[in-house]
Amino acid sequence: MSGLKDAGHLFRFLGLFVIAFLVFWLIRGYVVPKSFGEYGHYRGAAITDIANHPVKFAGHQACEQCHTDIADTKTKGAHAHVNCEACHGALAQHANDPTSMTPVKPDSAVLCARCHTASAAKPKGFPQVDIADHSNGLPCATCHNPHSPVIGSDAKTTDAASATAATGGAK
Amino acid sequence: MKISRRHILVLLPAAAVAWKHVLAGTPEDAPNYKLSEHWWGMLIDIPKCIGCGNCVRACQTENDVPDGFFRTWVERYHVSDYHLENPEVISPDGGKEGFPAVKAGEEGKFFFVPKMCNHCSDSPCTQVCPVGATFVTPDGVVLIDQQYCLGCAYCVQACPYGCRYIHPTKKVADKCTLCYHRITKGLTTACCEACPTGARQLADLKDPKDPIHEFLKTHSVQVLKPQMATGAKAFYNGLDGSVR
Repeated sequence: MSGLKDAGHLFRFLGLFVIAFLVFWLIRGYVVPKSFGEYGHYRGAAITDIANHPVKFAGHQACEQCHTDIADTKTKGAHAHVNCEACHGALAQHANDPTSMTPVKPDSAVLCARCHTASAAKPKGFPQVDIADHSNGLPCATCHNPHSPVIGSDAKTTDAASATAATGGAK
Repeated sequence: MKISRRHILVLLPAAAVAWKHVLAGTPEDAPNYKLSEHWWGMLIDIPKCIGCGNCVRACQTENDVPDGFFRTWVERYHVSDYHLENPEVISPDGGKEGFPAVKAGEEGKFFFVPKMCNHCSDSPCTQVCPVGATFVTPDGVVLIDQQYCLGCAYCVQACPYGCRYIHPTKKVADKCTLCYHRITKGLTTACCEACPTGARQLADLKDPKDPIHEFLKTHSVQVLKPQMATGAKAFYNGLDGSVR
């Protein structure tokens, strides 16, 4: 026992270590979020936080639920694979509550030119025009129905609603 | 056993609670999204890109990206006939409002390359984060926990594709989330929704019915900087060797 007679200071030191570790453990338990380490070295709840951000583009499926006439015209035309919000902008607010906001009709002079202005950088075969030459300054919708743009296409001649839209643009 | 009024009074609320539970399982009420059932990537079809900038604008709207910063952007390459080694790359305002005109018959070739976070599976950006604020989710999306981020910008330097930035007002790292708030609800990303030509397509590599699988069988796709072995999941079709 004589070996441990003078070892009191070692046990006091050990005690300090144990207390320091407990304090660390308590603080750590309090500070580190519960979901930390759920999937890896990060806060698992962050995934849910990000998934809960608000949606602003409703998606074409939502548009097509109500605007079936336009959807029909579109499926027959050259713009069949252009989604509604590619031209009309983000409209989740309108889709959630149609009375809360009314979409503004896009300006065809800006809108059509964005894609169809001729440029040698665009893929060959993509319909491109020199805007100034092509329309003599008339709005595109004078001749084209944006929902089925090929002039004389079936969709245009059979669809009364789209014909009105086309003349509406000429006013 | 005779069913008394007391029995019914006890059973009705229980039935109501049970029915609510059934409703909660329907897709409209609570999408049953399982992390383990998806592995997200993106297909970018360069021959289809017309450089309209719809994706850039849609991304900024959907994710409130501050002006002058980009989660996705479009570059225009000009590879000269004489100096193939030095392609000229422009991206005015990220291609948000389109590109200057190119006259027909101009020498060399021109093409557009949409860029975005590659959602690497062995991502250098997540490996350097000192606090565990950025990570690859079990469904293969690289995300940032902005509550945890210190804004040290190690990840901004680590990304070989230049896809991260420090948000000017939040002072934390920010980047493409692959519209995680949309894809977990069954929607496609804002850039894919707005792309008029189908040059960008969201791909769920774990879904055997996803059209990406048919596409990969019939096309040769490439990722950016494959030599860096980042496990990039933005797959480019028709990628020119000059693209960096």
